[in-house]
Amino acid sequence: MKADVPREGGGFSLGEVVMVPVRLALSAIDAPLRWVQRRLGIGGMATFFLLPNMLIFGIFVLLPFFINFAYSMTGGTALFLPDRSFVGGDQYARLFDCVNYTDPNSCAEDTFWTAVGNTAWFVVLQVTLMILFSLVTALILNRELMARSFWRAVFFFPVLLSPVVVGLIWKWILQRQGLLNFGLYGLGFDPYTWLNDRNWSFAATVGVSIWAHMGFYTLILLAGLQAIPKDLYEAAEMDGTRPARAFWRITLPLLMPNLLVVIVLVLIRAVQIFDEVYVLTGGGPGTSTLYITQYIYETGFATQLRNPGLAAAASILMGAVLVVLTLVQLGLGRKGEKKGARK
Amino acid sequence: MSRVAEFIFRRRGRDGWHWTDVFTWVWLIGGLFIMFGPAVWLVGSSFKSPAALAEFPPSIMPYVTQKATVEGYDKPLDLYEVTMADGSRKVLAEVRRIGIVSQMVSPDKPTEIVKVKIAERTPVRTMSFATSNYSEPFTHFDFVRYLWNSVFVTVTATLITLIVNSMAAFALSKYEFRGRTFAMLLILATLMVPLSVIMVPLYSIVSALGLFNNLWGVILPTVATPTGVFILRQYMLTIPDELIDAARMDKASEWQIYWRIILPLTAPALAVLAIFSVVWRWNDFLWPLIVLSRKELYTLQVGLSIYSGELNVQWHFILAMTVVTMIPVVLVFIFLQRFITTGIAGTGLK
Repeated sequence: MKADVPREGGGFSLGEVVMVPVRLALSAIDAPLRWVQRRLGIGGMATFFLLPNMLIFGIFVLLPFFINFAYSMTGGTALFLPDRSFVGGDQYARLFDCVNYTDPNSCAEDTFWTAVGNTAWFVVLQVTLMILFSLVTALILNRELMARSFWRAVFFFPVLLSPVVVGLIWKWILQRQGLLNFGLYGLGFDPYTWLNDRNWSFAATVGVSIWAHMGFYTLILLAGLQAIPKDLYEAAEMDGTRPARAFWRITLPLLMPNLLVVIVLVLIRAVQIFDEVYVLTGGGPGTSTLYITQYIYETGFATQLRNPGLAAAASILMGAVLVVLTLVQLGLGRKGEKKGARK
Repeated sequence: MSRVAEFIFRRRGRDGWHWTDVFTWVWLIGGLFIMFGPAVWLVGSSFKSPAALAEFPPSIMPYVTQKATVEGYDKPLDLYEVTMADGSRKVLAEVRRIGIVSQMVSPDKPTEIVKVKIAERTPVRTMSFATSNYSEPFTHFDFVRYLWNSVFVTVTATLITLIVNSMAAFALSKYEFRGRTFAMLLILATLMVPLSVIMVPLYSIVSALGLFNNLWGVILPTVATPTGVFILRQYMLTIPDELIDAARMDKASEWQIYWRIILPLTAPALAVLAIFSVVWRWNDFLWPLIVLSRKELYTLQVGLSIYSGELNVQWHFILAMTVVTMIPVVLVFIFLQRFITTGIAGTGLK
């Protein structure tokens, strides 16, 4: 078969020159693959196409997923599973060994419970504020605005930045000689080292993670808002419905499916928060911004007394929480669909 | 002109500004400052000298204190404008400072020391961009190394992602075979297994394969993205099967069908996946941090975080390196944002 790639005019374009070795390589591959195809048949070629992806999934996602359970039931510091000693449920028992669950200091593994507590607070605050801010932004961007795509881009911009860059940008702003202190100095306040304060650094991790990801959720909510038929509002206006009532009775119910998806996505991400925080505060001061992923990372890799078994057990517990959240999302999605169908 | 103004300030009601109009503009303008301000401030700061970075309150633009070489002193001295006892103003060079009194000399008369209270002098400053913040990391540090590692990881991982994912998507969209649904479900289920859950065993597998401290150890675990397979499969389902049947009659091999028919027709979806993949791989942090422990293998993100976590942070270099790290992503943002936003709005995946 001849290639029917459309060409622009005559002569050689740069793209064609670059493609020459690719073409040669492909025709070289084609001959052995024809042989494979004769052996396997057309249906067998499906397996061939699927194989590389499945192999990578199998080795780097599924295998670790199942080994993780085995890991969590072994002890010691050895890296490879055959070298490790079986301890049964000891790692889990250690994680749950507490006199009083509300006080991390009474636990055998006090940093784990500190991290769990911090993460819980973080999730509650961050998810609430994230939903609030991205919903308000989406509602505003859905109004008749000049240069709407520009404003949408403004809020979307930080989404693409790497977490490390986000962490450094804000570390630079919140430090003693930073922009925030500069602004407050202009208002007559003394400079303050925000990131050395337990409460402020916690607030900073919440704020920075919202700053970085808000645009993403705004975008999803905006897509949902734009899908709501305009004539519903026109009808409401003709009936003399006040705008606030139209929001509660039209906008919110029709946005609900999108909103639920966003809530669960935010939740799942918030539980796993790590990168920005690691660069911004490093979990400090003390353990005030130590979240669960950092606990797993440090227990598994970073500390002198590393304990991969304990880290695996903690990661399985976190995984269980994530699976529950995902199932809730799937359940809610289905419910939303049914509701939509009934209408 | 009034038409333009009317368009810009289009309001909700006909009479006067409704509070929602005010709120909208406050929110938008405030958002503009909060979203762009920090990044702009970072870029501005990256051109300041270490001395200018340390001062408080900071200046908006990068300034340096002018220096002058004075006879009898080895090092160049800082120049200050001083209000003298008789009210005249003079430019003097500072020799040393003791408490609140500064000992200064006039550049023309290096022997005669004048004592000035520090409140009565202001530094002579000129605007100057410290481009050495950018050039020095390139020559003296491993920065070029990190940059190369990041580019290598991003480009290689993206190419493999495109090939491997499109092959899988082709199989899942254009062939009937036993276990197809199972394979599809398996791929989507991996969405539920994030890195943070499997990092301990994944590390042992990567080590067992000899990929620890190896850039391939960063690349391989990331290339089979469920998102990618999903996006490409959805797109390929829209390609009519008749094209494939016709090609088979012309004795095309299955590989040729994949390469010469399906791939060119999937180009728009491949472009979206390529953009996503570049951003993902360029920004990856936790996994490279685990796999790469030798300095010369660090990617930009890992190198930046390690240097910024040191005890005495060299902020002037860190800031400049951060700006360089931002560049590819900002380019994607400026030129390709449209593809990304439609991609997200269409699939809800990031």
